[in-house]
Amino acid sequence: MTDTSTQSGPMLAADGTPLKKSLARALRLQKMRALALIAPLLIFVLVSFVIPIGSMLFRSVENGSVAETLPLTVAELQNWDATSGELPDEALYAAFTTDMVAAIEAKKHTRLGSRLNYEHTGMSSLFRKSGRQIKKLDPAADAPFKDKIIDIDKKWGDVETWQVIKTHSVKYTNGYFLNAIDMQRTVEGAKAQPEDKQILIKLFQRTLFMSMVITVSCILLGYPVAWLLANLPARTANVLMILVLLPFWTSLLVRTSAWKVMLQQQGVINEVLVWLGIVADDARLVMINNQLGTIIAMTHILLPFMILPMYSVMQTIKPTYLRAAKSMGATNWTAFWRVYFPLSVPGIGAGSILVFILSIGYYITPEIVGGTKGVFISNRIAYHISSSLNWGLAAALGTILLAVVLVLYWAYDKIVGIDNVKLG
Amino acid sequence: MKTKLTALAVTTALVAPAAIAEEMTIVSWGGAYSKSQLKAYHEPYSEKTGVTILNDDSSAEAVAKLRAMDEAGNVTWDVVDVVAADAMRLCDEGLAMEIDADTQLAAAPDGTSASEDFGDLLVSECFIPQIVYSTTFGYRTDLVGDTAPTEICSVFDLDAYPGKRSLEKRPINNMEWALLCDGVAKDDVYDVLATPEGQDQALAKLDTIKDSVIWWSAGADTPQLLADGEVIMGSTYNGRLFSVIEEQKQPVAMLWDAQVFDLDGWIIPAGLSDERKARALDYIMFATDTQRLADQAKYISYGPARKSSAPLVGQHAELGIDMAPHMPTDPENAKNTFLYNYEFWADYRDDIDAKFQAWLAK
Repeated sequence: MTDTSTQSGPMLAADGTPLKKSLARALRLQKMRALALIAPLLIFVLVSFVIPIGSMLFRSVENGSVAETLPLTVAELQNWDATSGELPDEALYAAFTTDMVAAIEAKKHTRLGSRLNYEHTGMSSLFRKSGRQIKKLDPAADAPFKDKIIDIDKKWGDVETWQVIKTHSVKYTNGYFLNAIDMQRTVEGAKAQPEDKQILIKLFQRTLFMSMVITVSCILLGYPVAWLLANLPARTANVLMILVLLPFWTSLLVRTSAWKVMLQQQGVINEVLVWLGIVADDARLVMINNQLGTIIAMTHILLPFMILPMYSVMQTIKPTYLRAAKSMGATNWTAFWRVYFPLSVPGIGAGSILVFILSIGYYITPEIVGGTKGVFISNRIAYHISSSLNWGLAAALGTILLAVVLVLYWAYDKIVGIDNVKLG
Repeated sequence: MKTKLTALAVTTALVAPAAIAEEMTIVSWGGAYSKSQLKAYHEPYSEKTGVTILNDDSSAEAVAKLRAMDEAGNVTWDVVDVVAADAMRLCDEGLAMEIDADTQLAAAPDGTSASEDFGDLLVSECFIPQIVYSTTFGYRTDLVGDTAPTEICSVFDLDAYPGKRSLEKRPINNMEWALLCDGVAKDDVYDVLATPEGQDQALAKLDTIKDSVIWWSAGADTPQLLADGEVIMGSTYNGRLFSVIEEQKQPVAMLWDAQVFDLDGWIIPAGLSDERKARALDYIMFATDTQRLADQAKYISYGPARKSSAPLVGQHAELGIDMAPHMPTDPENAKNTFLYNYEFWADYRDDIDAKFQAWLAK
């Protein structure tokens, strides 16, 4: 009791400052030091991960090029009723001429043509060819323009041309996302793409389905291997471990090409089967350039990602549990199924997440062994990045893929629980 | 892969001490093609000027990479080898510099201006043609039966030539061949292909062989498939087939019928500093003159883009065989040809490609 009466004021540290304050300062210092320690990593992650992904997400809605290249035209188009079916008036053609002359000067008109060609076939050459003629017009002296422009190319007299420009003149567009789910932006709002151009949703479904199949086959093949690794004497286990890791250290392309040699119709497996007389020479199995090829090659490539987490979880399961179960009368199967398996589930969970997420974004292996039915959505993304240069659509596809992964991760957390995932 | 010609540059620097140590990065396709350029262009150029040439084998992704470099404001390439369609695309995007053929390229030895010497092959303001190559078919002489195929429609004839064939996994060329073999006259092919009905017609024709096709995406695939006997015929670039036939001595022969000519050449990226631009133009002036273009044909079976180079084409540097009969432009091989329609495909590529891919996935 006497203690409390003597120290009724705030507790003081040795130097006379209140203890609370002094403690907070020490903690703050510690936090700063910790922050300084992780700063390199933090900056690295920001620069190499967050910023690129952010800019990718942004690209999928960004659409400044129309309004930047044709600012006066876009302003004039606001006064034009796109659904009226009538051509815009002279004021618009005059604004368009002024814009185009400036754009041609800056060599930006053909870039706009390529942008609009993604939405409407023919825009690319329309802008390129008309550019050579419009260049000769003088926006100040040559009015009126309407007939002259339509003379240069009769497509400028099509309502549709102007509809396309107006539809895609907004600064931020949902057009790329609509394209990414087989729809398109039109004057009358969002519409489905013609049936013979619909492919992306199908590819998304195929990617998810095949990734699922690959994950399951990795579990089925990996589980016994991991079990063996965890239960064999250390020496034998180490040798086996090297066999698991060896393909891991081999180049991805080499392994994929090796599968090509194995699986093709004149390949090793077919040759052996024909030689053994199991398969007729004219009825060789088709195991590559289809879904089966992709599943086989990718299962092989991703298998270590399944085995390693399973193995490290299984190592922590004590053999005494199984013995205890058996001593109480459980059969081998019951002991495994009721005791061992539930304990190994966190390893399966971790492996499955790794394999599934890796396979969903796989590109090179499906491209080489997938033929036409075994390619993924990432192959389309690659096409739009490097070949068609439609980066907006590629970004939209990538964003959707990212969202799908996050949703699945969330669902996994809800169903299985993310705490129930262990890497060892 | 970056090969430095440093040793060469060092020796030349010793010979010509006035030359400053300069470098330029030239982008190309790699493999045998880059080697032919190294021998015919880079080595003589380095010897002449002392400029060190760095090679970058990124031509396949050149368009996307140049765009990314341009956006980052740091273009590190000086001269880029691209196909004509990509050159057009780069020109449209404002990523390649416009070239005035008559002032910036060498005239022919007899004084013919460069624009006349290259003629129609100057398909874009930014494009400096180098070679004419073709996409054509090769077939296995031992797997096609007694009558070897002589015309393009054999590809669609499963009765006479049962077995797999390989086609490129894109609509370009395949659609034209399909229409041609479905009774469309050669002159009408692109008019027909511009209509949705025509596109359906081409896909319907391709449908008849769809189950027997292996689709390729890399130029090396068909030669490999032919060598393995996986396919009995397949399309690829004529230079690849030349090397399968003449260098690897595989039982393969060329079917030149309805080969599609395409062009490959140089572009100079837009926005280079004056110094680098001057160097790039100097290289281009040297590397695309009449003799240099003819020299390249000693190492690879692609036709020089200049009319004046054709008579100078000699023998293969290592095999010692006459190269003229292996050129896609040789009159014997060029009886029935197509020229890649750049304007058409620049417009229709996005649209037809979407349809083609949807058809493939069906």
